[in-house]
Amino acid sequence: MLKNKKLAGAVVSEKTNIPNKKIEENGLPGIRMESRDLTVKYGTVTGVKNISLPICNEKVTALIGPSGCGKTTFLRSLNRMHDITRNATVSGEVLLDGRNIYHPKVNPVDIRRKVGIIFQKPTPFPTMSIFNNVVAGLKLVGIKNKKLLNEVCERALKQAALFDEVKDRLNSPGGSLSGGQQQRLSIARALAIEPEVILMDEPTSSLDPQSSSKIEDLIHELKKNYAIVIVTHNLQQAGRVSDNTGFFYLGELVEFGETEKIYTNPANKRTEEYLTGKFG
Amino acid sequence: MKNFSEHKTLWQRNLWDRFMVALLTFSTIMVMLPLLIIIGYVVVNGISALNWDLFTQELGSPARAMQGKSTGLIHTMLGTAVVDLLAIIIAAPVGLGAGIMLSEYPDHKLNPILRVINDTLNGMPAILKGLLAFALIVKPMGTFSGLSGGFALAFVMIPIIARSTESALMSIPWSIREAGLAIGLPRWRVVLSTVMPAARTGLVTGFLIAFARAAGEAAPLMFTSFGNNYLPNHWTGMILGPVDTLPQRLYSLAISPYKEWHELGWAAGIVLLGFVVTLFIIARMLTREKNYD
Ligand SMILES: Nc1ncnc2c1ncn2[C@@H]1O[C@H](COP(=O)(O)OP(=O)(O)OP(=O)(O)O)[C@@H](O)[C@H]1O
Ligand SMILES: [Mg+2]
Repeated sequence: MLKNKKLAGAVVSEKTNIPNKKIEENGLPGIRMESRDLTVKYGTVTGVKNISLPICNEKVTALIGPSGCGKTTFLRSLNRMHDITRNATVSGEVLLDGRNIYHPKVNPVDIRRKVGIIFQKPTPFPTMSIFNNVVAGLKLVGIKNKKLLNEVCERALKQAALFDEVKDRLNSPGGSLSGGQQQRLSIARALAIEPEVILMDEPTSSLDPQSSSKIEDLIHELKKNYAIVIVTHNLQQAGRVSDNTGFFYLGELVEFGETEKIYTNPANKRTEEYLTGKFG
Repeated sequence: MKNFSEHKTLWQRNLWDRFMVALLTFSTIMVMLPLLIIIGYVVVNGISALNWDLFTQELGSPARAMQGKSTGLIHTMLGTAVVDLLAIIIAAPVGLGAGIMLSEYPDHKLNPILRVINDTLNGMPAILKGLLAFALIVKPMGTFSGLSGGFALAFVMIPIIARSTESALMSIPWSIREAGLAIGLPRWRVVLSTVMPAARTGLVTGFLIAFARAAGEAAPLMFTSFGNNYLPNHWTGMILGPVDTLPQRLYSLAISPYKEWHELGWAAGIVLLGFVVTLFIIARMLTREKNYD
């Protein structure tokens, strides 16, 4: 806990310098994931550079910053979604439980089952029913137990605050839902495989206030067991749901620390300007 | 404030609009015209030779037709079905695999080589594909056969299927693949279970175009399946021995010196046309059917 506190509040633009082994042996229980000197480039364009940031268990980490500053880029690097982005190159390390997920021997599929992601835009599988969309991550790897699938589907849809709206038409196509419903369907689909770390890229940007607050409740609920990273443009939301906040600007992590501290007493002038609405 | 009617009156714009619609209608007719002419011409000439015998009797020798004995093309129709079926069975997995490779694994080092090979195969005249099948199958087997004809037509189908599969898959947004990967599915599973179902209309259409193209080829069959005036004694003879097919039979009936056979040739044309049209109708129905599983 103490060590946790130490990390929070520190300006993390330089290397954290914690050797791999130490995390494994000493456990540093709070830190679930950690990026070290992470740089992502799209061809010659830099998406983010030299990001070192810890992601703690049972905490919500919010990533904020103006549009185009690299929040999505960073988030996607945490579960190797850049692997199939054409001309994207990742350098540096991302540690999950002390192991570098970019190690050549690591299978990205295993990483993605542990680190789930919810994208900025909803993407239901167009030909699949609502039910099959939700359980796709189980069914398509060979789980056939109908009872289990039904249970998972109901739980995930309830968590995503969608169950009541779709319970009578689980067999209609996922594409037949409204935009906001599709977003919650994507959330349910990600939750169905029970990831340990959940990455959310503006999960509530297409939702009405009521669904948004349900998703926020869900985040509170999930945080008891998981590590959560959320990208949001809604500063009130970031303030409400997050424990730690990272402020990105032009591809760099300008400031990272406890949300309370960043909101009340930011160390960096840019952070302050952004939070007070002077730019962004 | 600028008034648009200064430049063009409403009346002028209406006229322009009508002119464009007329132009498009004219183009549509011009596209349909060759098709209508072909269908009309074949039907008018062949309709008199359409009878029950055509679908129940084998051709036999020219004497048979000249003496007015019953003669038909049942062996040709069955042969066409066998050879075309063999061709699609061979071509479908290969073409599909190549198309998936081209679209889904653009970074793979074999990708550019495959693209060159596929484009070359696509541009190669069909008769050379027949020659290839002749060298690969007929020579070693020591006989013309339905199997070699199937291979020859498969060589026609493969590059078409590969290309159409590639473009059908490419038309599916990249985000669908990301969504699949994001829930921890391996890449092949994402392609198989999320991308391909979404692209199924395009995939089936591609198969059909390839099939119809190959089903109409006569040249590559001349020295592979070769042709046969009779039904084989045993059905395996259609695969392992020389067998008749509609386009090649149409050709040999047409160049024959017998008037009766010319008429039969037109009838063969109708059957071939009907075959292809039926395929397209089936494909339309298949792709329209709703299936969300
Ligand atoms: N696939 C890509 N190819 C090339 N450049 C990209 C690609 N994706 C993102 N970028 C660039 O990388 C930078 C960071 O983009 P990113 O999407 O991470 O921003 P963001 O912070 O998520 O913005 P927003 O709040 O608008 O979602 C931008 O300059 C963007 O143009
Ligand atoms: Mg973004």
